[in-house]
Amino acid sequence: MGSDPRFVKLRKRFIRQFAVLAVLFLGLYLGYIFLTAFARDFMAVRVAGSINVALILGVLQFASTFLLAWGYGRCAARGLDPLAAELRIEKAEESAARHGRVVRP
Amino acid sequence: MTTGQIWTIGLFALFSGVTLAVTVRAGRGGGGAADFYAGGRGYGRTQNGLALTGDYLSAASFLGIAGTIALNGYDGLLYSVGFLAAWLLVLPLSQLVRNTGRFTMADIPGFRMRRARVRLACAVSTVTVSVCYLLAQMVGAGALVTLMLGFDQGESLLGMDAAAARTAAIVTVGVLMIAYVMYGGMRAATWLQIVKALLLLAGTALMAAAVLAVFGFDVSGLLGAAAEASGKGRAFLEPGLRFGQDVPGDPVRTIVNKLDLLSLGLGLVLGTAALPHILVRFYTVPDSRTARGSVNRAIALVGGFYLMTLVLGFGAAALVGPERIAAQDPSGNTAVPQLARELGTILAGPVGGSIMLAFVCAVALVTILAVIASLTLASSSSLAHDFFGHVLMRGRPKESQEVGVARFSAALIGALAILLAVFAQDLNVAFLVGLAFATAAAANLPVIVLSMFWSRFNGRGVEAGVYGGLLSSLLLVTLSPVMSGKVGASGENLSLLPAWIDIQVFPLENPGLVSIPIGFACAVVGALSSPERNSVRYRELQVRSLTGTGAH
Repeated sequence: MGSDPRFVKLRKRFIRQFAVLAVLFLGLYLGYIFLTAFARDFMAVRVAGSINVALILGVLQFASTFLLAWGYGRCAARGLDPLAAELRIEKAEESAARHGRVVRP
Repeated sequence: MTTGQIWTIGLFALFSGVTLAVTVRAGRGGGGAADFYAGGRGYGRTQNGLALTGDYLSAASFLGIAGTIALNGYDGLLYSVGFLAAWLLVLPLSQLVRNTGRFTMADIPGFRMRRARVRLACAVSTVTVSVCYLLAQMVGAGALVTLMLGFDQGESLLGMDAAAARTAAIVTVGVLMIAYVMYGGMRAATWLQIVKALLLLAGTALMAAAVLAVFGFDVSGLLGAAAEASGKGRAFLEPGLRFGQDVPGDPVRTIVNKLDLLSLGLGLVLGTAALPHILVRFYTVPDSRTARGSVNRAIALVGGFYLMTLVLGFGAAALVGPERIAAQDPSGNTAVPQLARELGTILAGPVGGSIMLAFVCAVALVTILAVIASLTLASSSSLAHDFFGHVLMRGRPKESQEVGVARFSAALIGALAILLAVFAQDLNVAFLVGLAFATAAAANLPVIVLSMFWSRFNGRGVEAGVYGGLLSSLLLVTLSPVMSGKVGASGENLSLLPAWIDIQVFPLENPGLVSIPIGFACAVVGALSSPERNSVRYRELQVRSLTGTGAH
């Protein structure tokens, strides 16, 4: 199955989605840590009452994690799952036919 | 016995009774390997999401992070952000792990490289990481019990003094945990985690709501009050009180501190995806979609929980105050119980105070019990399935034999952990947890990632990666300021070893920044140095991991 063009497509898609997710999340997270370590004056700017930039960016990290997780789950459910299921069922039917059995639905 | 002690012990007995009843009701399944190691693989995504949440939120999360926030303000937030963001790496890996493996972490490289030495290396790192984490939880349990049951105020329990009660607590929790794991394996661990996660989330939500209510739902007001009570003013809400401190006039020290912060961040974010007791959770669901869905639910629950601990941490700073917290426990682990007593007293007088305190203590004990049950299960599974099944029996053990060995190793590891925890009661909990994360990231992550994605990877690469990552983490920690040579502002010794031993060579307290690249480098160099190739098996692994063809 490894050379099936649909499988190649599935693999490429997975790697692309994984790479996009990893770049986005590591970029955001390391950016936040760098700002925490080196941009102390910027982080200390007050925005409203006692709330400063550092606290807002910290809570935004939570928001971006939720958003990225939701987005990845959606992309994977649309782009990966149907293709993977199609290939898996085909393979099961193939091997069942070879052994002369009827596939259970 | 005081009323508070009776309430705590009573509630703990109630909670463990409920989990025991749920476990017995869930049954042992058929007693086969898939039942013991993977709980029958029938859990749904919400169940497994809750169980993952339970596995992940140890006492370090519940008590440690809120305590760090209460004492150091903003810098405590860095822990929760790192611990949560780490799940975004687990998310895509979860589906691959589910499709590829069977019972343990070693199944992933083991699918490509059918060698006993690969299994042995993975078993060694699984047991090392789990035992570090296990020790941290049990030492924490002992310390908390002494503090929570009020021994610091000179009270006694059934005629025992503080040291005896601490040992009794470690032994009780340990024996209960062995009983759960031996009886029900993964089913027992899963239900224990689900019940514990619900209790923990409910308790935290209740307290967070109470804190916000006290401040009239004004977040800015809460933060302002916390900053004022801390005595550090605005600096309490800004980075730099704990991590990455600026040292005026010493640029080298300043840079080292900042690198230490980056190193901590890296270890947190890369360690989670390689924790053995988290990885084995993905084998308890029927397919890869469910595995991914359960991670998505865990992210929502864990994130919600950390947002609430933020409120608890700043609430404890504002309502209890850092002086009273530090007087009880210098590392802040008792901030949440102290806050509970305060909130209960505000809402319902002294009786309310002791009931809230007892509730929180009981939840913390159940939390510890559940996490150590999962850790024991992960390491005994690896001993039985990898070491006994694949190394000693060369991959041909009887299933019933292997499960018997797994139950026996659970008792063995549990007993070992009890013994170590009784003798190592003075070890620093945060140090052990940090070591477990850094070791997992350096030793396990390269093996998992390269097994999945690198065609040239092979058996020698696995061995080099695991042993290189493991040894470099342990060595760097031994040579770090955590072990020796760290001196406080007034000349006191802040390291584990006595002051006259100074073997500090490595300046960072967190080894991740160096040990994780070393782990990856060892794995790559090891693989390239051996002519062994496994292209056919690698192609099979790709098909299986992405489509689920032939998955267990």
